[in-house]
Amino acid sequence: MTVSAPSKPRRKLKLVYQKPEALTDKATHYCPGCTHGVAHRLVAEVIDEMGIRERAIGIAPVGCAVLAYDYFELDGVEAAHGRAPAMATGIKRVLPDSVVFTYQGDGDLASIGMAEIMHAAARGERITVIFINNAIYGMTGGQMAPTTLPQQVTTSSPRGRDVVTQGYPIRMAEILATLDGVAYSVRRSMHDPANIRKAKKAIRLAFEAQVRGLGFAMVELLSTCPTNWRMSPIEAMHWVRDHMVPAYPLGDYKVDAALKKLRV
Amino acid sequence: MTRELLKGNVAMAEAAIRAGVDAYFGYPITPQSELLEWMSKRMPEEGRAFLQAESEVAAINMVYGAACTGARVMTSTSGPGISLMAEGISYIAGTEVPAVIVDVMRGGPGLGNIAPSQGDYRQVIHGAGHGDFFPLVLAPASVQEAVDLISEAFDLAEKYRTVVFVVADGSIGQMMEPVTLPPMRERKRARPEWAVGGAKGRAPRRLTSLYLKPEVEERVNLRILRRWREAEAHEVRYRGYHLDDAAYVVIGFGTAGRVALSAVRAARSEGIRVGLFRPVSLRPFPTQAIRQLASQAKAFLVVEMNGGQMLEDVQAAAQGQVPIRFYGRMGGMVPFPDEVLAEIKALAAAPPSPADDPRGRWLAQMAQA
Amino acid sequence: MQTEILIAGFGGQGVLFAGQVLAYAAMDAGHEVTWFPSYGPEMRGGTANCTVIIADEEIGSPLVAHPQILMALNAPSLDRFEPQVKPGGLIVANASLLQREVQRSDVQTLSLRANHVAESLGDRRMANMVMLGALLARWHGLTLAQVKAALKAHLPARKQHLLEANYQALEAGAAQIEELKKN
Repeated sequence: MTVSAPSKPRRKLKLVYQKPEALTDKATHYCPGCTHGVAHRLVAEVIDEMGIRERAIGIAPVGCAVLAYDYFELDGVEAAHGRAPAMATGIKRVLPDSVVFTYQGDGDLASIGMAEIMHAAARGERITVIFINNAIYGMTGGQMAPTTLPQQVTTSSPRGRDVVTQGYPIRMAEILATLDGVAYSVRRSMHDPANIRKAKKAIRLAFEAQVRGLGFAMVELLSTCPTNWRMSPIEAMHWVRDHMVPAYPLGDYKVDAALKKLRV
Repeated sequence: MTRELLKGNVAMAEAAIRAGVDAYFGYPITPQSELLEWMSKRMPEEGRAFLQAESEVAAINMVYGAACTGARVMTSTSGPGISLMAEGISYIAGTEVPAVIVDVMRGGPGLGNIAPSQGDYRQVIHGAGHGDFFPLVLAPASVQEAVDLISEAFDLAEKYRTVVFVVADGSIGQMMEPVTLPPMRERKRARPEWAVGGAKGRAPRRLTSLYLKPEVEERVNLRILRRWREAEAHEVRYRGYHLDDAAYVVIGFGTAGRVALSAVRAARSEGIRVGLFRPVSLRPFPTQAIRQLASQAKAFLVVEMNGGQMLEDVQAAAQGQVPIRFYGRMGGMVPFPDEVLAEIKALAAAPPSPADDPRGRWLAQMAQA
Repeated sequence: MQTEILIAGFGGQGVLFAGQVLAYAAMDAGHEVTWFPSYGPEMRGGTANCTVIIADEEIGSPLVAHPQILMALNAPSLDRFEPQVKPGGLIVANASLLQREVQRSDVQTLSLRANHVAESLGDRRMANMVMLGALLARWHGLTLAQVKAALKAHLPARKQHLLEANYQALEAGAAQIEELKKN
């Protein structure tokens, strides 16, 4: 195959897409239809827009996003399963001027790391938490998560989650909103462009809460796992809309007054 | 130098402050709580970070986070807390960042009690977390030695980029002795070239203990091991008492070691040529020094406040050159010098045969008591 | 040369503090010293004790099976520790709270009504210092002057107003023993 030199463009090209500076060139390992990539991009765009990349430190979880630090063009560390908020606390307490965020899945944050997230929130740690809720354990192969819906089939709830023996899903945005140390606790979804735009705005406010010293901030993002849900990417988006959103209502559960006034 | 009368736990805390510790994260547990309490008062006074965590699990992960920034950071706890911290300790070791952990040991296993014990020897020296790594472990026998070792611990942790334990027991934590505190060191300002802190004007840095490719993880393991071998070559510490002409050698660390010192003096006054070898670094273990003694002495007596956890390391060091007798108290019991003296006399009267099982003999003796 | 002093009584009788005062005085006099408390649940309300070891070389065991000196501030302490005192040792007993005499004949005994003396000075809580004063009148490892100086040097600022009362209690305790000597 021969490659000819590009011909002169007939009209001036307009830049419509650019990779955020806060993302590396590395291609992610995420499955087709997984929303981790969307969430990463939204976080990176917000970091770019706020101009905080050079003082940001990201904390990757244990879960599918375990390599997240490879995808962000900023300092990063990798936490033990569920302990990202404790690690974030350690970093923020010695570097109060840094911008520290954790990126955690549902098993990480709402199961094994429940104590760490609750207490980081209760202390009002000035950190930003991006909480990816896809109602399943992705990395370990589709086991039941604390956020798995009733009747949802997983590899460890093969007959569907039986709430009598396996309990009920946990709604973190609502729970954290009850804590005085929390400046911002909201839930958004990433199943369509309109919701993705809302998610980005929420992520922005969650970082604003930190840099303004208002307190702990978390954005819960309803996310997909087409591979372990055994769905196509489109089906997965629809499943979020039709099953997750009703179980996990989108909305603002706590927003500090100073953030409400903010136009972003 | 003026001396101050300080409780062990308080002295260790203040020594850490003098050594320039930037952050302390901990959780209350007897018999170390005065250390945490002292930090809660002093660290904010010095403009440094103090936080009482929600658990030992959280505390060690806060330590981990702060360590990744290159800060001098520490925690303190007792055995049950070390169990909970095992996860974070392994991550710290795997990420090759420095941290100092004080373990004020108490009776166990399980909830046990709060009396002095050396029951964490195996956990800390041979365990401390999953995977291939060695922490450095220092064992003071007095409040002054605890102060001196705390000061050193931070330097060692940074030199070898690993976890350094200072293992005391409840009695050292709770007792008061005169100490000369070191002068206040200036806190280091420059962060090491590996530390995270914001990628300002440089490429991002990433600190992790995750190496998905086994061949890469192996290289990391080898690097950690090589660093450990350096420590093994340079950081062995011990103290000897009356060893020059000793036919019999008592070996004990920490409080058991100083109890044995009283017994050794008493035995000397009765004409028994006995000395004391007190390991100060438990990791690296003074293997060579013990091997040397094994080639000279008629018999060893190992004294511990556990069921013979260090005994196994002494046996390995002695390589069967010398018969060994063992005497331990467990569960928070501290031996009295009289007990150890009786053991020394028994050793001198009838040295065990090299084929004897020291722990078996001791167990039989305890059954009769 | 090593002296071991076991001080025991109820929590709240200032047992640990009396030991600390001795330890401070010993330190200031250039000795080695170890103060070792009973600690844990038993320190809350129940009995309390501490051992003070004073020596001129590195101190070995912080625990002492047979102390040379016992200061027993209450009856349970005497019951528990009287048999442990080293033969030829000394028992200082607080007769105010004892229902019996010291039984050992192979030790010296100083018995004084420390609570009574302290009350006559206006503060029953000074019984520990009365006992300490009595000890110093008989045992000469440290002098009353050294102990007074240690109190002055180490009593926290918020407690310095009690200095004079502590001195008086020490002196009153010592005076009790001097009186015994005369009789």
